[in-house]
Amino acid sequence: MSGLIKEPEVGGFSFENCKRNEYLMTKGGFTVPKAIKTGTTIAGVIFKDGVVLGADTRATDGNIVAEKNCHKIHYIAPNIYCCGAGTAADTEYTTRMVASQLELHRLNSGRQVRVVSANRLLRQYLFRYQGHVSAALVLGGVDINGPYLGSIHPHGSSDRLPYVTMGSGSLAAMAVFEDRYKPDMSEEEAKELVADGIRAGIFNDLGSGSNVDLCVITKDRAEMIRPYHVANERGVKQGNYLYKRETTQVLKKFEKKVHYEVMSTNVKEIRPAAETMEIA
Amino acid sequence: MFETRPSSVQHPTEHRFNPYEMNGGTIVGVAGEDFAVVASDTRLSEGYSILSRDNPHLYQVLPKTVMGSVGFHGDCITFNKTLQIRLRMYEYENNKKASTPAVAQLVSTMLYSRRFFPYYVNTIIAGLTNDGQGCVYSYDPVGSYEREVYRAGGSSAALIQPLLDSQLGQKNQGSFELNRSYTVKMSKEEVVALVKDIYTSATERDIYTGDAVFINVITKDGVVTEHFKLRRD
Amino acid sequence: MSIMSYNGGSVVAMAGKNCVAIASDKRFGIQYSTVSMEFPKIFEMGPQLYLGLAGLATDVQTVSQRLRFRLNLYELQENRHIKPKTFSSMVSNLLYEKRFGPYFIEPIIAGLDPKTSEPFISVMDLIGQPCISKDFAVIGTANEQLYGMCETLWQPDLEPSDLFETISQALMNAFDRDSYSGWGAVVYVIEKDKVTVRELKTRMD
Repeated sequence: MSGLIKEPEVGGFSFENCKRNEYLMTKGGFTVPKAIKTGTTIAGVIFKDGVVLGADTRATDGNIVAEKNCHKIHYIAPNIYCCGAGTAADTEYTTRMVASQLELHRLNSGRQVRVVSANRLLRQYLFRYQGHVSAALVLGGVDINGPYLGSIHPHGSSDRLPYVTMGSGSLAAMAVFEDRYKPDMSEEEAKELVADGIRAGIFNDLGSGSNVDLCVITKDRAEMIRPYHVANERGVKQGNYLYKRETTQVLKKFEKKVHYEVMSTNVKEIRPAAETMEIA
Repeated sequence: MFETRPSSVQHPTEHRFNPYEMNGGTIVGVAGEDFAVVASDTRLSEGYSILSRDNPHLYQVLPKTVMGSVGFHGDCITFNKTLQIRLRMYEYENNKKASTPAVAQLVSTMLYSRRFFPYYVNTIIAGLTNDGQGCVYSYDPVGSYEREVYRAGGSSAALIQPLLDSQLGQKNQGSFELNRSYTVKMSKEEVVALVKDIYTSATERDIYTGDAVFINVITKDGVVTEHFKLRRD
Repeated sequence: MSIMSYNGGSVVAMAGKNCVAIASDKRFGIQYSTVSMEFPKIFEMGPQLYLGLAGLATDVQTVSQRLRFRLNLYELQENRHIKPKTFSSMVSNLLYEKRFGPYFIEPIIAGLDPKTSEPFISVMDLIGQPCISKDFAVIGTANEQLYGMCETLWQPDLEPSDLFETISQALMNAFDRDSYSGWGAVVYVIEKDKVTVRELKTRMD
């Protein structure tokens, strides 16, 4: 690879580091570093005329919060959205790739894409990687067949249900849903139910936190509400932690000027005013 | 019947019981000129679950000596109970209550006595010395200890310690003079305000710290406890 | 032991008022022994665009060179400087391509938009999960220490000189509590018309 002038433009994963990495792990006795997980509570319910999806906004790196306000409800198509839990990069790239495939499908067929198509693409992709692409998804949308809600597990199995939860906070959220879900709710009822489910995850599961995001999909619109509810405000600092200037000791300092790029030059000639006649 | 490989490659499987658990929590101790501050959050957790939102990791072992203890909660409780018993024995044998430095030495001895099956605890002892100065002692799980000016322990220790270096130790601010004092020059109120800010910051980033913080201020008149709310997610 | 802390090193970036700063330590070590105190972890990717990489040193160099190469092609093709956001996607794609055999590095991208001069900071994990932040970003072996420092010291709308003090103090106090980072530090403050590079006097133990 290093000898080539241009990197060949091929799609898909590259496995060129795998041998080296395996050597490092076995011979060097190193542990495999962990990627950022979403931790996550994600959920969705079907209501009278559509679907409500919900998610918390915390991403964790071990016991540390890596991001306090991250997106977990991903766009798939104008009428389909998808919540992701698991390895953050996997949920992001998997949904993005399926979104692009469906966009091409939409342009080819000239029809609104169906949620079952999104479901199948995601399932087949995840099954192909045998669970190594660790994305646990809640897929929701409305198409010609009405509202659709389902979950997809990292190994590629999926199920279709009127109310679903996933992620580390799924039990907390499901407890709320099992208690209060009823068929044919109004939009407001459904939003509050999902938000309460997510809040149960935020407060009782340490992997979930910060805010509640919602996405409401009906026959003729999809609305992202971000944040729907700021469940946790940052505490207010009492002290001032600004250092006095020139506290830090500097050994060397130099400045680089940023030269502006000249896009075009235009010189305007200023002509002297025509000489006035002297009246005297 | 279907075995094709020789049975000599089979190994027995050893199953082991792991006696320890990490229950989170963060403690901070600061020694002032005539006071000591020791603080703790009130969250008790196991894995991704919260066991309690109202469990400060502070134990008042004597009227003017407070122990902060985090790690495995079972060990924290047992260690505290055993310490209280040893302190009562001290009182009966010596006809006086133990001083904070004496408690500090006793804690070290008790921890080291379990050298090969340790109490899984991080400990900070705060109190006053015999001449009324604030003092803080910190320990590793097997009893190595040191008197210090300030110390953070527990799940957010890595987040808080450099902050204490900067705000209390005035590190990296041009002065290379060795600080020979065992106390900070700040007032009680300033230290308490700093501790609150430290906990709000640590709670933002550490999932095992949160819910509320208890701040104990120890002076010659006794211990005053302050309560401060943190985020609960 | 994690391979991410084999060579050590930390990077931090912070946003200010119409400016951003990025800083790193200068240590290159092999586990506990320090080999060099002149190991740059911040790379200039444009007049107002900097990339910080922490992790395995061999991958720090490989990835920085790979990105420089892809960036050169982009700039030749487009005949303009790259936007920080576009560059961030470029880094993310490079890392996610290696999802199952990753480079052992984490990147921070800090810069100003070449047109609007808007501050930009993004940070990723080793497989390229991008996270754009408005305040600060930290990576490396001292990341926990840096989180604690930044969470307390950072405040919105810092002027360039205050931003310099804040990021420098955050970095120095953080790596003094990490045995894998330290031994000198370098701070870049990126403003609309200039970039100021300062090397700091730090503890050398």
